[in-house]
Amino acid sequence: MNTSSSVLDSFNIQASNELTWNVLPLLHQIKHAMDDLLNNKNNNAVIDLRSIPLAPGEEENLLNILGQGEVKAQLNALGPSEIIETQFNGVWLVTHYNDENEIVSRHIEITYMPEILRSQTQDIKSACERLSQSLAEKQGQESH
Amino acid sequence: MTNHKKLKDRTLGEAMRSQGISRRSFLKFCAATASMMALPPSMIPAIASALEKARKPSVIWLSFQECTGCTESLTRSHTATIENLIFDSISLDYHHTLQAASGEAAEQAREEAMRENWGEYLLVVDGSIPTKDMGYSTIAGISNLDMFLQTAAGAAAIISVGTCAAFGGIPHAKPNPTGAYSVYDIIKMYGNAELDGISSASIKNNSGGSVHDKPIITVPGCPPIPVVITGVLTHYLTFGTIPELDHLGRPKAFYGQSIHDRCYRRPFYDKGLFAETFDDEGAKKGWCLYKLGCKGPTTYNACATTKWNNGTSFPIESGHPCLGCSEPHFWDGGGFYKALAIPTIDIPTTVVYAAAGATAAGVALGALNQSKKKNAIKQHTKTTIDDLENE
Repeated sequence: MNTSSSVLDSFNIQASNELTWNVLPLLHQIKHAMDDLLNNKNNNAVIDLRSIPLAPGEEENLLNILGQGEVKAQLNALGPSEIIETQFNGVWLVTHYNDENEIVSRHIEITYMPEILRSQTQDIKSACERLSQSLAEKQGQESH
Repeated sequence: MTNHKKLKDRTLGEAMRSQGISRRSFLKFCAATASMMALPPSMIPAIASALEKARKPSVIWLSFQECTGCTESLTRSHTATIENLIFDSISLDYHHTLQAASGEAAEQAREEAMRENWGEYLLVVDGSIPTKDMGYSTIAGISNLDMFLQTAAGAAAIISVGTCAAFGGIPHAKPNPTGAYSVYDIIKMYGNAELDGISSASIKNNSGGSVHDKPIITVPGCPPIPVVITGVLTHYLTFGTIPELDHLGRPKAFYGQSIHDRCYRRPFYDKGLFAETFDDEGAKKGWCLYKLGCKGPTTYNACATTKWNNGTSFPIESGHPCLGCSEPHFWDGGGFYKALAIPTIDIPTTVVYAAAGATAAGVALGALNQSKKKNAIKQHTKTTIDDLENE
C-alpha cells in the first residue's frame, strides 16, 4: 500500500484546483432554481450530473459544498437509492444505484420533496387490496 | 405458444406489475432511463407514461465482419435490475453470439421471428459487409450480404451498431481486401435489387418489400458506449419512433456535440495550454491533448459526459487523446498522434533530406527516425511522439 502510494506520488497526478471551473456555475444554477421555487411552488428543477462534463474531483467538490442537511432517506427499489437533503434546504441529492451498487443516475433536485419519496397512488391502491385480502383471510379463519 | 403470445402482447407496465415491481421502482427506472437517453429530467413523466404503454419489440441482431467488441461492450454493461428490465423489454430473437441455438435451429429462429413480426422488428447490425467474395464471411452457409438484405427487407428500422456497420470501420480501411462496406453503403448499392433471388421460400411469402427506404440509425464507436446502444433501443421502445438524427444518421442526443465542446479540458485549449508529450508538465497538469493528436474537435460522441465503465472516465480523462473512433474513415484519417492541424504528409524536419529526391526522402526519414531513436537511447532521453508517429 505504502509502496504503491509512493509510486503514485512520484507521478504527481492529481486533480488540480484549476480543474474546478464547473462547480461555481452549478452553484449559481442551483441558487437560481431555489429563487424560482420560492417564487412559484411548482417550479421544481432537476440537474442531471451525468449530462455535465465534470472534471475529475469536481463532483466531489460540489457534493462537499452542498453537504448534508436534516434528511437522509434510503429506498430499496430495483437496487438501493439514497435521497439526501443537502445543508441548503430544498436542494436534494438523489442517487440511484443498481443491485451492484453502481450509480445509474445522480440528480440534484430543487424541490420541496423529491417525487420518488412520495407514496404513489397505484402502490397505495395495490397495498389497500393486499390489506383487504389479508383481513378477509383473518376473518375467514376466525369464523371457522 | 399462446402463453408466449400473451406475454409478448403485454405492455411494459403490465409486465412490471406482474413481476411485483412497484410504481416507485418504475419511476426510478424512468429516471435512469432518461439519464441514459440523454433526455432532460423534465421528460421523466413523459417517459413513464410512454413506457407504461410500450410493447415488446422483436429484435434481430446480425453480426458480420466484426470483432465482437460491440457485443462485448453491451453485455459487459449488462448489470442486474435496471438494464435487465430493458433487455426484458425487448425480444432478442436472434443474436448468434448470445443465443443458445446454433446452425439450422438458429436460422429457423431468425426466420420465425421475421415471419411473425414482418415490417415491425428492429434489425441491429454490427460489422461491415464484404462484397468482393461472398465466401469471406458466411453464417450457416448464407453470405453476409444475402442475410442482411433478406433480413433488412422486413425490418421497421435498421440500427448499425459500431463503426464497422456504421462506416465500414477497420475492414473497410485501406486496402479493404474484402470489399467491405457499411450498412448504409450496402443499402445504397443493393437497395433496389430484386430480393426474390436471395430470400428463402419461407420468408418470400411475406416479403415483396425493398430495403432502400428503411430508416437507418448509426451508432458508431469502436466500440460504441454501452448506454448509447441501450439508449437508442430504449428510445424506440419508449416512443416507438427513431430519435432525431444528424447528417450521418447518428442520434443527436448522443452525437450532437463534439468531444472537444464537452471536454473538461477545453478551457486549457482556449488558454493555449497544451501537453507536448505524454509525460511533460502539461500532461501532469491535465492540459489539452490537442497537440498529441486529440481528434476531439472533429469527433462527435458522448464520451465526455456519459463516460465509460459505468461513468468512471473516458480516454482524455486517462491522459490519452481521442482517436475519433466514431467518425467515418477514422482508421485511414492520418496518424493517431498527429495534431489535426498538421497535414499528414508534411514533416518539416525532412526538408534537408527531401532535397535529395522524393524516393530518397522516405529512406532518409527512416534513417532520421532510427538515428533519433538510437541517440535517445544513448542519451537516456525520452522517445517523442514524432518518433512513435514515424515508426
